[in-house]
Amino acid sequence: MKPLLAFAFGLVFGCGILISGMGNPAKVLNFFDIAGTWDPSLAFVMGGALLVTAIGYRLAFRMGRPLLASSFSLPTKQDLDIRLIGGSAVFGIGWALTGFCPGGLVPVLGLGTAPLMTGAAILAGILAARWMIQLSYRKTAAEA
Amino acid sequence: MTEFTPLLSFAGGMVIGLATVALMAVHGRIAGINGILSGFLTTQFNQDWAWRAAFLGGMIASPLVLLVLSGQMPEISVPSPAPLLLIGGFLTGIGTTYASGCTSGHGVCGISRLSARSIVATLTFMTTAIATVFLTRHVFGG
Repeated sequence: MKPLLAFAFGLVFGCGILISGMGNPAKVLNFFDIAGTWDPSLAFVMGGALLVTAIGYRLAFRMGRPLLASSFSLPTKQDLDIRLIGGSAVFGIGWALTGFCPGGLVPVLGLGTAPLMTGAAILAGILAARWMIQLSYRKTAAEA
Repeated sequence: MTEFTPLLSFAGGMVIGLATVALMAVHGRIAGINGILSGFLTTQFNQDWAWRAAFLGGMIASPLVLLVLSGQMPEISVPSPAPLLLIGGFLTGIGTTYASGCTSGHGVCGISRLSARSIVATLTFMTTAIATVFLTRHVFGG
């Protein structure tokens, strides 16, 4: 039941990406190109998603707990550290080189070799970063 | 050039929001695609893995829904050559993992909860993305 619903939500999420244009790198790159062939459409994607999510989250949290889980799993970190800012800066550069963010990429994975290649590189990047973060934790633990 | 599609993009955004709210209301989970991908990359195939795999499966299958509804597969156009896709994808994986979130996790879920971290993250990656495209298209390219 739970995976079936998750599949359905993924299907809806993917349709939203495809309808909005977030899955099309040419459109995403034109959104960033404010000095050239600027296409402001993606600001409207954010607007629509934020409107529904901001209201919907409030209603969901009012239920006290999710329908099929014991509690809401929410991030607890508060600090604006170098990992957050540096990581986001690097992500922006990567996104601008490909036109694919992770959410825009997954729904179009089956549509060609370019998204597949980018997807493999993203997974490699995730694993590399996890490994580097683990190493730095171990180093801190050894020094302490 | 790509066509300016404010209504379609707004509608698509609302659909993304619906799925995001549903995942929270039912599973209690953040719809951050980078986090879901990262959680999918594990050797422990438990319940947490199962919902992530199912959600990703649904996303991958979504073009078929549009095929049924509209009679054609969605079309995408990828301007970047293969080496840039590999470098950019790798940087995307590294950056979103260090930042604990991407456009969906920080940009949609986080900002909706008015998280300061997510607002800072989104402003940061939007800024470096715009700067990078300015450099590749107007300074070094073109």
